[in-house]
Amino acid sequence: MIRLDNLTKVFDTPKGAVVAADHINMEVPRGEICILLGPSGCGKTTTLKMINRIIRATSGKVFLDGEDTTGMNTQDLRRSIGYVIQQIGLFPNMTIEENITVVPRLLGWDRTAYKKRARELMDMIAMDAEAFLKRYPSELSGGQQQRIGVARALAADPPVMLMDEPFGAIDPINRAVIQDEFLKMQAELKKTIMFVSHDIDEAIKMGDRIAIFREGKLVQYSAPDDLLSAPRNGFVESFLGEDRALKRLNLVKVREVFSDEMGSVKPDDTLETALSRIDDFGYQNAILMVNDRGEPAGMITRSVARTTRGYCRDHYQTAPPVAQLDDDLRKVASLMFANDTTWLPCVDARGRVCGHITQRAMTHHLGSRYRSRPEDSAPLRSQPETKE
Amino acid sequence: MELFRYVLDNAGLLGQLTLEHISLVGVAVGIATLTGVPIGIAITKNERLARSVLYLASIIVTIPSIALFGVMIPLLSIFGYGIGYVPAVIAVLLYSQLPIIRNTYTAINNVNPALREAARGIGMSQNQRLRMVEIPLAVPVIMAGVRTAVVLNIGVMAIAAYIGAGGLGTLISRGISQSDPRQLIVGAVAVSLLAIIVDYALLALQKRLTPRGMERDVAAA
Ligand SMILES: Nc1ncnc2c1ncn2[C@@H]1O[C@H](COP(=O)(O)OP(=O)(O)OP(=O)(O)O)[C@@H](O)[C@H]1O
Ligand SMILES: [Mg+2]
Repeated sequence: MIRLDNLTKVFDTPKGAVVAADHINMEVPRGEICILLGPSGCGKTTTLKMINRIIRATSGKVFLDGEDTTGMNTQDLRRSIGYVIQQIGLFPNMTIEENITVVPRLLGWDRTAYKKRARELMDMIAMDAEAFLKRYPSELSGGQQQRIGVARALAADPPVMLMDEPFGAIDPINRAVIQDEFLKMQAELKKTIMFVSHDIDEAIKMGDRIAIFREGKLVQYSAPDDLLSAPRNGFVESFLGEDRALKRLNLVKVREVFSDEMGSVKPDDTLETALSRIDDFGYQNAILMVNDRGEPAGMITRSVARTTRGYCRDHYQTAPPVAQLDDDLRKVASLMFANDTTWLPCVDARGRVCGHITQRAMTHHLGSRYRSRPEDSAPLRSQPETKE
Repeated sequence: MELFRYVLDNAGLLGQLTLEHISLVGVAVGIATLTGVPIGIAITKNERLARSVLYLASIIVTIPSIALFGVMIPLLSIFGYGIGYVPAVIAVLLYSQLPIIRNTYTAINNVNPALREAARGIGMSQNQRLRMVEIPLAVPVIMAGVRTAVVLNIGVMAIAAYIGAGGLGTLISRGISQSDPRQLIVGAVAVSLLAIIVDYALLALQKRLTPRGMERDVAAA
């Protein structure tokens, strides 16, 4: 757990005092990722670096796991915190193995222990130990170097990690891959992470909570969905962008919105049955045909059902695309737009039809959050005036 | 042809003078490295001090060597070392300070700030940072400074023959005083060749001391 208590930094510059961080109060629960987000110069980096004392706080305190760090020795403190910087900062004079074992070596681990750890770490970041441990950083691609940077920070298994735009220097495709890998790792390691970003999409994807900064002040501290559905003020609203409702599509899974009621026909049903079922369920154009294993097999359109006699198996059209229960709504919307349809059948992990999702249900789900303006996110926000 | 015969006839002497020359420069630059590198590192902590130290070192280099020897004779005579080995080594020691201190200072100062921050953030102490990161990264540039000092002072040492320090300068001074072009030419050529050969040898050493992961950077520089 990381807790910041009135953390403040004032830089004395020739042009006068700059308040880079102004009485920041926040708490990151154990095992969660908190994203510091905001426009350039708003104090994200300053706040982050006060935690491991790369920048000395002017006033205020940092607590790690409930313990006040003020009295701790700086080097001990830093060795217990994983640190990843945007420029990666691998030591060019050291091999990959030497780089990722720096902290264990500083901590005085014995040789067999840190050698073993190096291999574990390479497994963790999905890189081949044999191929890479003896190489030098200059012999790696940017994405590989960034993975090594993360491994180095994880080496001594610190409970807390600080990451300053760790994936900022990587091209978008690789960045998405590394983000996914990192989330997978985090699901197992459950580190408490403070993570600076200026990319809203990254924040929404990675963050359990997002802290929005403006001119040294913490403006809002909420879970991503609360932030997008209930921005606290005009600044947050404009920072998140006009399409913030669309960004929420990323956060909602089909599972939360789909309806398990679903009319369908079997290949052996007659077209007459199909037509009456279309009418019973009030479908406009067509009904789904499902095979014996429960998988979508085709579509029977209303016009065919009305004008033709025979069995469904002889008169169906190709089945529409389907949504998986764990897909996010963004993918579903994209499929709907691409196929000019307002609904999709939903399938479970084994590919069996288990319901359907409609555009109407999606807009209703997203819209309901705006209508109710929940106050239940209040405990997540910083409220300096209510503290002690 | 005549020169060639002279060289053959005096191979022993030539070899002895060359060794003398090398040992004089070697001892002096060796001591200069042991003093200059720590000074160069120390002054990275204080910019004002750095400016004064570098200024002083540059002034020393502008003093003509003959004048420097002239100044040292009366000073060192007090201890009985007015001429010979000691003042020669001291002069070279002084001349070597500038390239060595300046290169050390620049190299340490130019270590990528991101690396320095990474090292700090990881929890290295100041000494660990120097030992594990900054000095290894600075070695190529420090070695370049040492090379400059050596090459520069192989020339300076030739003049030290005039205060009886020995070395290849002996041939040159004798050549002049005896109006013997053979000795003069052989001495001068030997000094130049020595400078070139030693420079290459040190370059090879510099490459060996360069951390392997940085070879590409060095080649590019
Ligand atoms: N060493 C310093 N001396 C003086 N002012 C500083 C110093 N470091 C940062 N600042 C100022 O403090 C403010 C916050 O800087 P900070 O680096 O924390 O911003 P940031 O949110 O990380 O921005 P970015 O997204 O551009 O990295 C800025 O106005 C900056 O100019
Ligand atoms: Mg920053």
